[in-house]
Amino acid sequence: MPDASPAAPYFVDFEDVWLAYNDELLARNQFAVEAIDLKVRSGEFIAIVGPSGCGKSTFMKLATGLRRPSKGKIRIDGQPVTGPLKISGMAFQAPSLLPWRTTLDNVLLPLEIVEPYRSQFKARKSEFEARAIKLLQSVGLHGYERKYPWELSGGMQQRASICRALIHEPKMLLLDEPFGALDAFTREELWCILRDLWTEQRFNVILVTHDLRESVFLADTVYVMTKSPGRFEVRREIDLPRPRDLEITYTPEFTDIVHDLRGHIGAMRKQGAVINQ
Amino acid sequence: MNKKQLERWSPLILMTAIVFIWQAICSIFNVSEFIFPSPARIWEQTLEYKGVIAQHAWRTFWVTMAGFGIAIVVGVLLGFLIGSSRLAYAAVYPLMTAFNALPKAAFVPILVVWFGIGIGPAILTAFLISFFPIMVNIATGLATLEPELEDVLRVLGAKRWDVLVKVGLPRSMPYFYGSLKVAITLAFVGTTVSEMTAANEGIGYLLISAGSSLQMGLAFSGLLVVGIMAMAMYELFSYIEKHTTAWAHRGSQNH
Repeated sequence: MPDASPAAPYFVDFEDVWLAYNDELLARNQFAVEAIDLKVRSGEFIAIVGPSGCGKSTFMKLATGLRRPSKGKIRIDGQPVTGPLKISGMAFQAPSLLPWRTTLDNVLLPLEIVEPYRSQFKARKSEFEARAIKLLQSVGLHGYERKYPWELSGGMQQRASICRALIHEPKMLLLDEPFGALDAFTREELWCILRDLWTEQRFNVILVTHDLRESVFLADTVYVMTKSPGRFEVRREIDLPRPRDLEITYTPEFTDIVHDLRGHIGAMRKQGAVINQ
Repeated sequence: MNKKQLERWSPLILMTAIVFIWQAICSIFNVSEFIFPSPARIWEQTLEYKGVIAQHAWRTFWVTMAGFGIAIVVGVLLGFLIGSSRLAYAAVYPLMTAFNALPKAAFVPILVVWFGIGIGPAILTAFLISFFPIMVNIATGLATLEPELEDVLRVLGAKRWDVLVKVGLPRSMPYFYGSLKVAITLAFVGTTVSEMTAANEGIGYLLISAGSSLQMGLAFSGLLVVGIMAMAMYELFSYIEKHTTAWAHRGSQNH
């Protein structure tokens, strides 16, 4: 389990972070996300749930260094974030694989870009390929290495996309509704694949999702975000025992947590409706 | 003959039908060969002048290819520039649109003053008329990257250049080959138009001299030859397109 002793620095540390998308919005005090305080231990799996348009994607951009906060401090892995964080890998709802590359070459793409792999890519290509093949095998894509993305089903493409996010062994994996476009059965299958990858490698995960069951099944901690302004309203530790099996999603403990979280979101939506009227 | 075969042979069938009707009209109404030559007459004159036609056709062909070659280089470079930089796009695109609206034949007299009668104006006219679609297509391919994919790469520390080379350029290849098919036919138009007033050789020149000596059959042969050359090059690029960017045409093969 992650080290929770007070002396250990947090892996992700947001200190009162505010972001306005441009100077004009900043001047009008309109923020996409507000007053975010977030402390994540090393190796922790967190999920962020909330209605669409609540700033979840904005939060992702902050966590990867693609955007700088307007106010506040972000430290990741002990370092202040000043630019894109190469220790992270990302996957989105759309697998966005390159159709002219085979599955294997798609997974290898990050190694052609990120240092130190980049400069060694030619020399160590066969070693990297072996690593990619092993990773593809671990998500059940054995035998599809030389296939093109359009020859794979949606679920397979998404698995390849997750492999691409993990090939450079990032310390942090950011997933933005990665299973949103898949059918329920494929989705549950991929939950288990993600659970197993995480159990084995213990990278940090930030999972953004609409799906409360998904967040409760996978995460150590679930945060509920409110809409405009985007704030973290509720923090909920999920103390279900690990390893978790799909069966757990049918237990009363699980359902209670999901129900409780649903209640928070329902309350928020009602508030929103009143304001809108 | 099943439906698929019919579809494949339909262009040939249509062309044969047109030739027959054309021949029939000329024979039945006894149209003068000096006004509107029959297909038989055109064929007869094509054979009679085949040496001359071949010589002029060769000239038109290589001049067109030279102009087209320049068009590819310039079109790709400009397309790359305006597709990869918003500022360049904003600055260049309106000017290019205005330029594209100008009739390229109007440049021929100016080019003659600069380069004299001969290959200069013909190559440049072919170039001027054909680089625009290439440029626009490369730029479009580069400018329509998925933002998520760009984030995936940028977070890894990819520079703009990496994104362009790894993703932008391969992505714009189908657009590029598509534009080549259009551009090559335009290039033939440019060369022929230019040769009509500013050359002593080439199909354009042949058309004018055949017309002025009332060799209508020969004039039609000239048109026929340009048409065949343009069609052949179109098919060539179409073939290359299908075999280099198969991933973009997958819809027809499966699913």
